[in-house]
Amino acid sequence: MSVASQDTAIRTGRVTRALIYLVLLLFALFYMLPLYVMVVNSVKPLDEITGGGMMNLPQAFTLEPWAKAWSSAQIGVDPTGLAPYFWNSIKMVVPAVVISTVLGALNGYVLTKWRFRGDTILFGLMLFACFIPFQIVLIPMARMLGMMGMAGTTWGLVLVHVVYGIGFTTLYFRNYYAVFPMELIRAAQIDGAGFFQIFWRILLPSSGPIAVVSIIWQFTNIWNDFLFGASFAGADSQPMTVALNNLVQSSTGVKEYNVHFAGAILAALPTLLVYIVAGRYFVRGLMAGSVKG
Amino acid sequence: MAQTADADFKTRLQSWLPKLVLSPSLAMVLVFVYGFIIFSVYLSFTDSRLLPSYGWVGWENYSKLWRLSHWEISLKNMGIFAALYITICTVLGLGLAIFLDQKVRAEGVIRTIYLYPMALSFIVTGTAWKWFLDPGIGLENVLQTWGWTSFEFDWIKNRNFAIYTVVLAAVWQTSGFVMAMFLAGLRGIDNEILKAAQMDGASNWNLYRRIIIPQLRPAFLSAFVILSHLAIKTFDLVIALTGGGPGRATELPATFMYSYTFSRNQMGIGAASATIMLMTIAAIMIPYLYAELREKK
Repeated sequence: MSVASQDTAIRTGRVTRALIYLVLLLFALFYMLPLYVMVVNSVKPLDEITGGGMMNLPQAFTLEPWAKAWSSAQIGVDPTGLAPYFWNSIKMVVPAVVISTVLGALNGYVLTKWRFRGDTILFGLMLFACFIPFQIVLIPMARMLGMMGMAGTTWGLVLVHVVYGIGFTTLYFRNYYAVFPMELIRAAQIDGAGFFQIFWRILLPSSGPIAVVSIIWQFTNIWNDFLFGASFAGADSQPMTVALNNLVQSSTGVKEYNVHFAGAILAALPTLLVYIVAGRYFVRGLMAGSVKG
Repeated sequence: MAQTADADFKTRLQSWLPKLVLSPSLAMVLVFVYGFIIFSVYLSFTDSRLLPSYGWVGWENYSKLWRLSHWEISLKNMGIFAALYITICTVLGLGLAIFLDQKVRAEGVIRTIYLYPMALSFIVTGTAWKWFLDPGIGLENVLQTWGWTSFEFDWIKNRNFAIYTVVLAAVWQTSGFVMAMFLAGLRGIDNEILKAAQMDGASNWNLYRRIIIPQLRPAFLSAFVILSHLAIKTFDLVIALTGGGPGRATELPATFMYSYTFSRNQMGIGAASATIMLMTIAAIMIPYLYAELREKK
């Protein structure tokens, strides 16, 4: 099924078309509005915002708020800016995405090409795990991380994100591999290829599209997570979202809205970039994987 | 002799290998998801406060929970929020998908604009809307400086209306995603049926009402399941947008659980509220997953 171009049989008149464009345009403005507010206000001095000019373009353009948000704004007790937290997030996201995607690929491979009794139930158990309200695991998880000596560490957060992410990655790869012809696997088996050889030589080379989906999905979810970061991170492993929230909610001193907006964009940039660069592969891969399943 | 034993071992290893590869993930899920669920549900029947404790108190936490006005407000807010959020996202998503499906120009650009909020963190969304809706510097102030001096829009600071600002921000974030789901559904409908119906003189309105929308049933179902579970899990958005306030006007079960467990040291009650959240989601998800997984066999 292709999403890009399929004709619709519906015919519309001129007035209707004009109305359609008008509505689409109005909603485009609605969706762009917060981004516009964040961008223009992150490059103007504070008094232009407090003076009622939130919607105006900056009169005195300045990158000061960006510099401050990145390297000197007060986060919690220290004036460190968001930079250290940005790196905390990177250190947490990269291993968590890689590990959960690799496990998801292997699980999907087993669940479709090496089926056994009860495999659908096991998959169902893994899938349900994606949808639980995470409040139900917060208390025991905090204790478990403490017992494992991982409380407050980046690796603790990596573990948490892998555990609660493999349901989704397994789902993606399972649906994708389900339509992969079984004949190729059988032929390889007859030629004497083993479990890992088949995976490595036959399935993996054609897994690009679904790997992209899995990576984008996991990257976005883990980067944007707040609940686990707020519950389990220590002083030197706090992710970007938690730091941004601390910056915005801090009640001491003057509220520097322009710095808050710059910080919000900094927190949004990685996922926005991923979305803009690879978003189309995401939609395409998702369709290839899930619609046929 | 040794060679056959070796070969035998290899075949056996090969037959065990798939299960061996699956087992670490499975073990993690069993312990960290199902084990933890059992532990939390157990805690909800104990006298745990600051730390887990194992004194059995039966249903006491639940009866306390249902007497708390804080919990009652959270549930009422959840009702308003979930009903509006799910309805508006579905209607908007379907409407925009239908409009976007009329061979419009620059469809790719428009789709990208509608979808990008999905890539953002709720903390970012909350921050942007928090200041935009703030009467002191945001919309109200802007329109007043532009000359509309009687304009008032203080919902975010108003106990009676703050919950609707949470709806607004949440709809902004997810409606594009729902639109994409419906668009995919629309693109999957067979055009021949539509053309045949047109020949018979069916109007566009009737085409949508009688043929197209009924065929989108699976998309409606997926949208409902995804939106309802997102609604119940809503946490970060409230924290960033209103912090649960003003007063308790935007408290939801997720924020209730967090504050009772971690700042009020009422872990038993917190666990009881988490259990109720889980049961609600399970009541929606389990039938859905069961039907989905059965169909695919």
